[in-house]
Amino acid sequence: MSLAAIETVEQAGGLQVLLSGDWTLATMPEPLSSLEARLREIGAGAKAWDLRPISRLDSAGAIVVWRAWGRCWPAALAVSTEHRSLLERVVAIRVERKEAGSRAARPGLVFLGEQALAALDHFAGLLGLLGQGVLDLAYLARQPAQIPWREFSANVYKAGALALPVTALIGFLIGIVLSYLSALQLKTFGADVFIVNLLGISIVRELGPVLVAVLVAGRSGSAMTAQIGVMRVTEEIDALATMGVSRSQRLVLPKVLALAVTMPLLVVWCSAAGLVGGMVSAKLQMGLSYAFFIDTLSRVVPVANVWIGVGKGVAFGFLIALIACHFGLRVRPNTESLSSRTTTSVVTSITVVILVDAVFAILTRNVGIPF
Amino acid sequence: MNALASGGHAPGPVIEIRNLSTRFGDIVVHQDIDLELERGQVLGLVGGSGSGKTTLLREIVGLLRPSAGTVRLFGQPVLDPDPARQRTLRRRFGMLFQQGALFSALSVYDNIAFPLRELRTLDEAMIGELVMLKLAMVELEARHAWLMPAELSGGMTKRVALARALSLEPELLVLDEPTAGLDPDRSESFVRLIRMLQMALGFTVVMVTHDPETLGGLATRFAVLADQRIVALGSAADVLAVDHPFIRNFFGSGRAAAAIGKAAA
Repeated sequence: MSLAAIETVEQAGGLQVLLSGDWTLATMPEPLSSLEARLREIGAGAKAWDLRPISRLDSAGAIVVWRAWGRCWPAALAVSTEHRSLLERVVAIRVERKEAGSRAARPGLVFLGEQALAALDHFAGLLGLLGQGVLDLAYLARQPAQIPWREFSANVYKAGALALPVTALIGFLIGIVLSYLSALQLKTFGADVFIVNLLGISIVRELGPVLVAVLVAGRSGSAMTAQIGVMRVTEEIDALATMGVSRSQRLVLPKVLALAVTMPLLVVWCSAAGLVGGMVSAKLQMGLSYAFFIDTLSRVVPVANVWIGVGKGVAFGFLIALIACHFGLRVRPNTESLSSRTTTSVVTSITVVILVDAVFAILTRNVGIPF
Repeated sequence: MNALASGGHAPGPVIEIRNLSTRFGDIVVHQDIDLELERGQVLGLVGGSGSGKTTLLREIVGLLRPSAGTVRLFGQPVLDPDPARQRTLRRRFGMLFQQGALFSALSVYDNIAFPLRELRTLDEAMIGELVMLKLAMVELEARHAWLMPAELSGGMTKRVALARALSLEPELLVLDEPTAGLDPDRSESFVRLIRMLQMALGFTVVMVTHDPETLGGLATRFAVLADQRIVALGSAADVLAVDHPFIRNFFGSGRAAAAIGKAAA
């Protein structure tokens, strides 16, 4: 392997440039721009070029030489036929630029409008998915043999049973932290016993459902989007369609129903773990006995709060699964789209959960609060 | 064949495999395989299903470490412990994967430009010209450069993958089932394209294939993998002279015999 070399020879007619050695990507000295500049400088006063001593010339080498010539053939050129044909291929290159503008900065108003339209499009998609779900339910009510029980139970197991340990742990820890911090404050007012009211209402009504929703959105929602997304990338959804299996009945409906059934159960489970954590902490911190805590809890927390928590669970589970499936079906067949859709799915479902939670808070403001 | 192939290189085989063995748990895939390939040759690696052809190919390019034995490319061990040397070595060969393995998030242009950008010594204008040249080489048009891999047909995917494999002007091209999934017409034109490029650029080729037409159209040397070892190696005539059940089956069929016979003639 010999390096690319440039020589100049003084001849009768003027200066002649001799190129020799290997003019390839691997052997040309780096950086190529300075090699090209040197070649151009030397060649400026030259009358003739001799490329015959070159042993190897690849397309990168040919491009360097062609650019050094200023993109036109020199007056006198000696070159082997092979290398000449390579140079001719380089001459024929037409670099087609991508039409610019798609990434150009847009005025704020246009950007805002586009975002609004995109949001509207997603909303319409969700509504369509919901409508399809209702139609599927009506169809399955008439054809009970077609109900996808296996998919349903698989989803209940994956999103519910396997989530039990982590939801219990999170609930228990949040209960302990909340109880400990509240006790410090309540003690200064001598209102120790109100710890039960505080923990009961906040955990059962608010924290349990929202905590579980955030956990499930991150845990099951992302998994659903990624699963449907990969099935789209690998054309498995199309394969299902050709076998006459409805994707909404077999993929979307079982997920949505399973999460709508599982979430309220997880909410009850997580709230219970949170109350146990709060109870343990109250006992250690303030010496409140377990019997007193349980007895007071049933008196100060109206049972309506439990129903509100369960209701939120159903709504959140339904929304998380619906959003996850919607974004899964919107994945385009590339890896970048898969990752961005999964992110969007989780972010959207958590945001929607918080929004719906606010709506719940307004609608139920007169329910379940003891005076 | 020309100055390109012979020009100023260190002599010695491009691929040199010594006493290579591969085991997955209790399953022995290869036992004491020796293989050499000289510069400018086109080796066709054939063997039954599950005979470890693709495994051997992955060991040649260093994606898989053999249980025993060594693989040398251009006289250097392919699994060099020094990362810089290994990177330099890996830039000297290109691989065409069975499914193309194009980066799905990048356009055709960016896929071909990717290895060039990784060199970090080329300016964007130079990269643009090289990409367009490679596209023209694999007989694609400039307007195809802005398509995404998902928008390509099977034949175009293979061509783009070939352009990407050739973007660093490799001295060795490794092909895994180059014509699998193409219809006979496209498969034939793809084989013709590879042969034309091989003649023009003079690179060495090692390929795995099931297709007798591909094998007959491209290979100048054949290696038959069976019973965990290479049972026959050499020109078409050499291989046909070996008496082995797989060779009788594979080369005995009319289609294969015709295709290989053409190569032998």
